[in-house]
Amino acid sequence: MRKITVLIIVALAFALAFSSPAFSARKTVIKIGINAPMTGDIPKVGEGSKYAALLWLEDIEKAGGLEVGGKKYEVELVIEDNESKAESAVKANMKMITQDDVLAIVGPQSSKQAVPAGEVANKYKTVMISPWSTNPATTMDRPYVFRGCFLDPFQGPVVANFITEEFGYTKAAVLYDVASDYPKGLAEVFKAAWEKKHGAGSVVAYESFTTKDTDFSSQLTKIVKSGAQVLFTPQYYNEVPLIVQQAKDLGWKGPIVGSDSWGSAETVELCGEACYGLYFSSHYAAAGAKGATKAFIDRYTENYGYIPDDVAALTWDALKLAQQAIQDSGKITGRIEKDRAAVRDSLAKIKNFAGITGNMTFTEEGDPIKCAVIVKINDNGEYEFYKSSCP
Amino acid sequence: MEALIELVQYILQNVINALQRGSFYAVISIGYSMVYGVLMLFNFAHGDIFMVGTYIGFGIATLFLALFAGFLPGPLIFLATVIVTMFLASWVGVFVEVAGYRPLRSAPRASAAITGLMIGIIFETGILILLGAKRLSFPPLMESVSYKVWGIYLTNVKVIIIIISLLLMLALHTFIQKTKWGMAMRAMSYDFLAVPLMGVSINVIAPLTFAVGAGLAAVAGILYGQAYPILDPYMGVIIGWKAFVAAILGGRGSIKGAALAGYLLGFIEIFVATIFPSTLRDLIAYSIILLILTYRPRGFFGMEHSTKLRL
Repeated sequence: MRKITVLIIVALAFALAFSSPAFSARKTVIKIGINAPMTGDIPKVGEGSKYAALLWLEDIEKAGGLEVGGKKYEVELVIEDNESKAESAVKANMKMITQDDVLAIVGPQSSKQAVPAGEVANKYKTVMISPWSTNPATTMDRPYVFRGCFLDPFQGPVVANFITEEFGYTKAAVLYDVASDYPKGLAEVFKAAWEKKHGAGSVVAYESFTTKDTDFSSQLTKIVKSGAQVLFTPQYYNEVPLIVQQAKDLGWKGPIVGSDSWGSAETVELCGEACYGLYFSSHYAAAGAKGATKAFIDRYTENYGYIPDDVAALTWDALKLAQQAIQDSGKITGRIEKDRAAVRDSLAKIKNFAGITGNMTFTEEGDPIKCAVIVKINDNGEYEFYKSSCP
Repeated sequence: MEALIELVQYILQNVINALQRGSFYAVISIGYSMVYGVLMLFNFAHGDIFMVGTYIGFGIATLFLALFAGFLPGPLIFLATVIVTMFLASWVGVFVEVAGYRPLRSAPRASAAITGLMIGIIFETGILILLGAKRLSFPPLMESVSYKVWGIYLTNVKVIIIIISLLLMLALHTFIQKTKWGMAMRAMSYDFLAVPLMGVSINVIAPLTFAVGAGLAAVAGILYGQAYPILDPYMGVIIGWKAFVAAILGGRGSIKGAALAGYLLGFIEIFVATIFPSTLRDLIAYSIILLILTYRPRGFFGMEHSTKLRL
């Protein structure tokens, strides 16, 4: 009786062992991490990243998986919320790299999170592509960190050039958040570029506030009094409407110009007519788009009910870049460290990648060379392509 | 001469700016002081009660505008929004007292103090889950009109904010000085052990105090929504802390002090940013307040006995 029991157990164990997937062909799943601010200060940015990623995944799934070296692999997205906080972004990267074994990471979007998160990705030798971070520190001396957009130092002179050519002004004011990497970096670069053009002291008011401030009246009163002809404010969509409205209430009549952080669809939604006719530099403009860019915009709009902002477009390009790099690496060995290194090497070699936000070639630092777009918010509240400016 | 006039205009412009900012600090900090007067503890959830009040105001304003915008005059809709929001928000205050503070009334003070922080976090995350993290734009209840008076830019919104805040404080003053309920509240803040023996229950006065504070905060919220029309679930944190600073600066438990200190805080913030580089604003502004407290540790109108008792 006992022998029979033992026999049955052994037989069952064998049956189980051979039927389990471990013994059949080992299946490797390619995991791509998305590190995005789903909650916190800029949730709309997180939403755009997620939606773009889902569209990308849909394409991959439609094709039956991602083909690498003649073999199709299943792709899985790991979406982590960084709460728009630096600490959480670092934690999210850590988790995706060490627990989820992702092959590459797309995100975080803002420099505030991308700079510290890039440190982790580089340390653990995992490719990270930040679609939206324009701070030089994100990719500086980090062979594993790339970005999908141009840099802050590039936007500063572009905006300064644009204002000078378009309006012929010589006196500018700057209002920025001193507690946030992106606006602070951009404000400094703009000031340097403007003063190089128009001489020292041509930035007649250089005012700041801190994150979460809602009242800018004393700064704006100073700016109005300074005699500035144009106001440059590289802020986010939650502050731009307040700044624009309060400036008008305090008697500001000149144009207000911003940077790509204005590009979120919510800026106009929250700001309304007060923002019509203003300009900002950006990576892409939805109105007036053609070709693959238009195809992406139409598809996104159809699926999610609103026109994608630049974050969504750049996230799409970053995922396409990651895809290209994985395919170029030729082979998935299943040994994650080796595969990550191979993806990094092929990503660095990509030339003239045709993205929907422009053609890209990576520099040594992992920054792409591409053009900037000057966008005008038209009278229907749409972001309209106004001018292109290349380096 | 012309330069002098320009300077005076510049200063007056900033006085207006400071009055608007200070109005919010004043009305909100009163909520801290009232609760302190009765319960001898600070309601750290007050900033978030302000936030919830703003969201309620947002909901009511949106509803009323959708229902009545065509045939009722604007000021009437505004008034109705204020009254209904005040009423609803005061129940939030009652809820905080009953759910958060009452069960811990005999607990150590530190436990009661952190209750407020926890309720605040519950409110923040609750709103986050309920409405999502999307920013909301407060609908304008009055059309913003800009005036230029003697070189100074004014908007009707600014003027209304300043006037309503002053009226609210006057109404509160009357309530506390002239009504029976107000007298009970004053008595409670004088001696919260003996007064219940006289038949005035702390379980009536405490929720009433929370309700009045929350109602005030909700009106401040509606006005805030007119001046800074972007709502997010964490909007109450910073302004709550600053109003708390004003409450301490004014003297714990002193409503008059809280109101004055609220305006003072507004003036300090605005004028520091006017005189010094704005980067240094908070550093200098709060150093000044630290200095004031060093020389007047009880604040401006702090009562002798209130410093002896706990927290």
